[in-house]
Formats: sequence, C-alpha cells, structure tokens
Amino acid sequence: MANEEQRKAPVPRRIPAPRALPETQAFWDAADQGRLLVKRCDDCSRFHHYPRDVCPHCMSTRTRWQDAAGTGTLYSFSTMGRGEAAYTMAFVTLDEGVTMMTNIVDCDPRALEIGQRVTVAFVTSEAGNGAAGHAVPMFRPIS
Amino acid sequence: MSLNGKAYIVGAYEHPTRKADDLSVARLHADVARGALEDAGLTKDDIDGYFCAGDAPGLGTTTIAEYLGLKLRHVDSTESGGSAPILHVAHAAEAIAAGRCSVALITLAGRPRAAGAALSLRPPDPDAPDVAFELPFGPATANLYAMVARRHMHEFGTTSEQLAWIKVAASHHAQHNPNAVLRQAVTVEDVLASPMVADPLHKLDCCVVSDGGGAVIVARPDIARALKRPLVKVRGTGEAPKHSMGGQVDLTYSAAAWSGPAAFAEAGITPADIKYASLYDSFTITVLMQLEDLGFCAKGQGGRFVADGNLISGVGKLPFNTDGGGLCNNHPANRGGVTKIIEAVRQLRGEAHPAVQVPNCNLALASGIGGALASRHTAGTLILERE
Repeated sequence: MANEEQRKAPVPRRIPAPRALPETQAFWDAADQGRLLVKRCDDCSRFHHYPRDVCPHCMSTRTRWQDAAGTGTLYSFSTMGRGEAAYTMAFVTLDEGVTMMTNIVDCDPRALEIGQRVTVAFVTSEAGNGAAGHAVPMFRPIS
Repeated sequence: MSLNGKAYIVGAYEHPTRKADDLSVARLHADVARGALEDAGLTKDDIDGYFCAGDAPGLGTTTIAEYLGLKLRHVDSTESGGSAPILHVAHAAEAIAAGRCSVALITLAGRPRAAGAALSLRPPDPDAPDVAFELPFGPATANLYAMVARRHMHEFGTTSEQLAWIKVAASHHAQHNPNAVLRQAVTVEDVLASPMVADPLHKLDCCVVSDGGGAVIVARPDIARALKRPLVKVRGTGEAPKHSMGGQVDLTYSAAAWSGPAAFAEAGITPADIKYASLYDSFTITVLMQLEDLGFCAKGQGGRFVADGNLISGVGKLPFNTDGGGLCNNHPANRGGVTKIIEAVRQLRGEAHPAVQVPNCNLALASGIGGALASRHTAGTLILERE
C-alpha cells in the first residue's frame, strides 16, 4: 500500500528539453539569455511562429530574428493533472500578432481568464536526449 | 474530375474485439480484411489496390501486402491520423476512376489497450519542426482539444452541459451494441460528475481506448453491381489539413470547414439532405466543431444543436454515431476513421441495430478529424448514397 501511495503521489511535470534545429538554435540561445525572439519576413513584413528559415506566408528565405516585447494576451488554456503535477497549457497571442503554444505559470489557474494580459517567464527544461536544458518561454499573468 | 458515382463501398467489417491481448497488429489487419472480403462476397485475389495509414506496422502497405500475400498494382499509405480511412476511400475512388485498380482494400487496426500507453505511443519525431516549440509545454491530446472547447465557450457561450449531451446521445446508441466498451446510458449529470481530465473536458467527454480495427472494400461500379450486397455509392469527398498557419491561430473552426463544402459540392446536395452522420468523436468538442463546420448548424450554434437529445436516433433531427462512436463503442488504434465509415454503410444498407436504424436512410455522411484540433489536423468528409 505504501508503495502504491508513493507511486500515485503527484510529482511536478517534467519539461523535456527542446531539441534545437539548425534554423532555431538562435531562438534557444536567446531564450537562455532571457530574450524571446520572433521571426519576421523582410519581404512580406509579417511575423510568424514557430520560427523557421522560410516564411510560411510568402516562402521568402529573407526571414530575420527580432526581439519580442515579451507580453501578450491569453487566447485559450487548459489545466491538467493534480497537485504538484498540475500544469496549464495555453495559447498566448504575442503583441507582435502571432499566437504561440506555452504554459501559464506562477498563478492559480482557476483565476485565469481568456483575454488577460501575460508576460514571458522563462523556465529551465531538463536536459536529455542529447540536448542540454534550455530556458523555455512560459508566461505569467500581469497583475 | 468528379468522383460522384465512380466507386462503391462493397464490403465493411468491424473487428468485435476491444482488447486484443493475443492478437498481433498484423493479425488484426488480416482479420478485418478477411471480414470485409466475406461481407462483400469477394476473395483475396480480387484485391488489386491496398490502402493503410500509420497504424499498420513496418512499411505499411508493403508489410501488410506481404503478410496477406496480396498481389497489387496500386498502393496508397496516405497518413492523416484517425481521418486516414476517409481519405483512403476518396483516393481509392480516384484510383478506380483512373483505371489504376478495380477492388481496393482499406484496413485500420491496432492494440493500444493491450500494449499499454508506453508501448503504443511513438516518441515525437525530433526532426518535426514544431516539436521543440510544443513538447516542453506538455501537449497531451486532451488538453489540445480542451483549449478548443474553452475558446468555443468564450466566443459562443457553449456550456459543459451542452457538450455532455453529445456523450449522452452516443451512450444511448451504445447500449444496443454488444461489442461497445461503454454500454451503459449516461446522463448529462454523469458526464459533469466524471473527473476533470483537462478542463473544461471531463473523463466522459473523452473517447474510449480500445483495440481492434476495421476494413472497407471499394470497388468499380460494374463489380459492385455484380455482387449481392446493397449498393453504397461514393457520392462526395473532401479533404483538407489545417495547422497553426504561421501563428495565426484560430481555434473556432476546424479543417472540416474546407473538406465539408468540397464534399457537398461534389455530391450536389446540402447538409439538410443527410439522414445519418458519422462524426469523428475523439472528444465531445470534436463533434460539436464538425456539426458547425459541415453546415449542420451555424457557427456558434453547435451547443444549442446538440442539446436535448438532438443527436439520438429516433429522438433528434440528426442521428449520429449509432454504433456508440468512439465515445462509447470503439476507437481502435486511437483512430476512429474506419468505424465512422462502417456505421454509415450499416445505416445505408439498413443493417444498423433496429433500435437505432434510421428509416429510409439513403444519404449518409462520414467525417474524420485526424491529428489534434488545436495544433494541426486533417479533415476528411465522405458522402455516401444508397442506390
């Protein structure tokens, strides 16, 4: 029984290390310095996310990194898990206009509301699968 | 080229098992192939085209062709997750119309329940360009669909009670299916009282996990007419992927908003003509989104549409998933596409359970959503007609 209880005890969710690809290494290097980057196309001027070499709007390869303001609004969210294992998956629309998958941290998820303002909060992933841990862009409510 | 009338579904078979402890994945594919051939009145040597998706082991079409000893002149392993068999029917009709094959076998099978989640879930492909930007945040299927549900509630005032009605309707049908995983009729209160999995989705908003599979056989019109089974014609087809669109995320609609109109245009009919609908039901919200996107009701009205038993056969306006669907009956290999086609064929033939058979069912729709509604998925829409 003790083992059973132990097995069921919630533990904080693992944050798997993002594996940087050649075209996204700069994103993760910046994240490790506490900076959130977004990709913008020099030809069509539009932002995109997830970042890639080739603009998904116009197929130009003239894309470049830009520092994001780091703030946005909560588009949708869902909390899974109990106790320490609970985490809140979300989509956040950055002020630059792109919506990214993320987590909402440092808050009571029951108090969250769609449309509320959030700001980036980097959380370090675990290392693993041949990849070092990286700072991962999550968000917290702006109180 | 219109596919309307270019091919017929002549065989359909759903494996009766829901937990395949003693059956391999290849054996399950073979079992459903045998069942569909017997249903059609055909033999293995009649098959000259074969279709399967990522649930087939090894090299897919090659591996299963070898296991079954098939001699083929056309193969197609289009992979779009759970919607794949619905796309396969359209692709089979294309191949038949082009003279590339005459009798096409489509199989789907798997044993996630017997294997356990650890063995049945493949690790994410590290070369997929989205993975690093999603995996750290814990995407777990349920929370991806839950975010769609929460946004729908925010935009349109949809409630958990309304979503629960979808499960209630499926459970009313499943009580007549002896093979269903969940055979007990449930109430709205039961759904709301079930544990929260990923808020706002409860445990009973989710489909079952089950083993087994199904197969369908698509044939040239002259071959179909020479067989003894009721004629089920492919009348309209549509397919479309939807993704995060470079970050222009809009969770208020699914790819069925594109595949549906294409299928209705090819069929030359409207949603009001459909007597029975098989709607992909990985979660209750999946059904609600398809009802709106396929045009059975206006965008945002899905909650009102499903309430008060409107999806229950004999009670409501649009009988859906009369086998109990993925929500109660079967979601083999974590993919519900083939069972959607099979129950539509049963309805058109008049072979559904008498308690749920739709009277004079001459036009049916089967709709699939493969992948994840919130991130990337592919919809397939199939309109079938009893001749």
